[in-house]
Amino acid sequence: MKKLINDPNDVLAQTVQGFTRAHEDIVAAHDNPVFISRATPTPAGKVALVSGGGSGHEPLHGGFVGDGMLDAAVPGAMFTSPTPDQIEAAIKHADSGAGVLTIVKNYTGDVMNFEMAVELAEADDIAVKSVLVNDDVAVENSTWTAGRRGVAGTVLVEKIAGAAAARGDSLDEVARIAQKVADNVRSMGVALSACTVPHAGVPSFDLADDEIEIGIGIHGEPGRERVKLKSANEITDLLLKAVTEDLGITGGEDALLFVNGMGGTPASELYIVYGHARDLLEGDGVKVTRSLVGNYVTSLEMQGASITVLRLDQELTELWDAPVHTAALHW
Amino acid sequence: MTADVRWAIAWMRDTAAKIAEHKAELTTLDREIGDGDHGENLNRGFTALLAKLDELPSEPATVGEVFKLAATTLMSTVGGASGPLYGTAFLRAAKAADTPELTPADVVAVIESALGGLVLRGKAAVGEKTMIDAWTPALEAAKAAEAAGSDAGEVLRAAADAAAQGALDTIPLKATKGRASYLGDRSMGHKDPGAASTALILESAAYTVN
Repeated sequence: MKKLINDPNDVLAQTVQGFTRAHEDIVAAHDNPVFISRATPTPAGKVALVSGGGSGHEPLHGGFVGDGMLDAAVPGAMFTSPTPDQIEAAIKHADSGAGVLTIVKNYTGDVMNFEMAVELAEADDIAVKSVLVNDDVAVENSTWTAGRRGVAGTVLVEKIAGAAAARGDSLDEVARIAQKVADNVRSMGVALSACTVPHAGVPSFDLADDEIEIGIGIHGEPGRERVKLKSANEITDLLLKAVTEDLGITGGEDALLFVNGMGGTPASELYIVYGHARDLLEGDGVKVTRSLVGNYVTSLEMQGASITVLRLDQELTELWDAPVHTAALHW
Repeated sequence: MTADVRWAIAWMRDTAAKIAEHKAELTTLDREIGDGDHGENLNRGFTALLAKLDELPSEPATVGEVFKLAATTLMSTVGGASGPLYGTAFLRAAKAADTPELTPADVVAVIESALGGLVLRGKAAVGEKTMIDAWTPALEAAKAAEAAGSDAGEVLRAAADAAAQGALDTIPLKATKGRASYLGDRSMGHKDPGAASTALILESAAYTVN
């Protein structure tokens, strides 16, 4: 294992410390328990947005704390959901009296820990609503699995719900919009290589030099199918087809196309995927009116990418375009 | 030794040692069908619990107090799914152990309460390849032993042995809960890491009482 770290046990603390100092005009770090908040308090009367999850997906979630997006982010240990006391502390800190929306990726651990934290916060009379993001079409959504995972679509939920909160929408309204994004976004990813969790020291799974894993999650867990390496266009065909079929998007509709890197894939390759995905969508008559390309929801140093499509209407487009000022997303 | 407060503390300490010893093994199991952090997460939690036990100003009055300390510590340090699961299990167990020494019937009640907490939090049933598949046979064996007139130590031994067998029996199962469920058929042929850690914890309970 070759990593630019000091001690595996210090990775989270040193990441949070470096990150919050590099962006000290936007975010602040909190200790015991650990969470990241805006540098300044949540504006009075604004619904607060809190998200969190295991570390190793940077810039998710800390990179999305700031004006127009999250008010606090709770990082757990590497690939491990944060604990209820951490989440509860972030909820209490972020609440300015208008209530809190938690945005949770659908992973068993995240769901349970957030559930316990919300119970604790509600016992302290804080109004909390939660939205579950489960955009990964690689997982069958049935009673036979823990349900679809929340992956890259989470960023779009956080951005758009964040804009709704920033313009002064009520907790119910922010929750409705977050749910609307969650309902209209689908993703699927591929891994070309596994990643190595620092304290594990060995790759999360074994993948031969000529193999790829289709339907990968973001915690280094294997996907649904392992196949021989294919060209970028062939992989894009596969991922996009699964995404658009599940979303049921048709000609004439507007879409946001998001190509996300898993951490170890160069931007050049992400743009190759984006170009072909856009050709395919436009070939079907879908209008790609907004785009995002880059490493936003990563899996440490994993090579790979995911494709996310969000069905847009005027309401969501306006909120997407609204100003945002975070470490990882700003316009 | 009886199933008293000193035993509860010894149980927690021995569990910490067993988890540390089997950390790599648990992580390997989790790496095969999960995300490879189960050993590390539990080790972090039980190491924190050791520190909390060292800091105790005096011996707790009841077994339940020891379990409650375990619950709050695991809940705030383990993370993942196992943090809330084991945290809830020990919290429920604590309520059933509000006494300085567990009778054989109390041991059964403790296991039953822990299992009830796990089912509530994890929403899993028997046969879904989770820690429930170790706790459920443990409860059945404990009940049978208690009905046969065994002492607390024998009830714990029966539960531990059944949990170990239950963990082994998860190998052919297909996971339908938790992260392993994403693998579908590929989850078959691997022991469930949560069932494996449950077997370790209950083995420790029986080992320290006898």
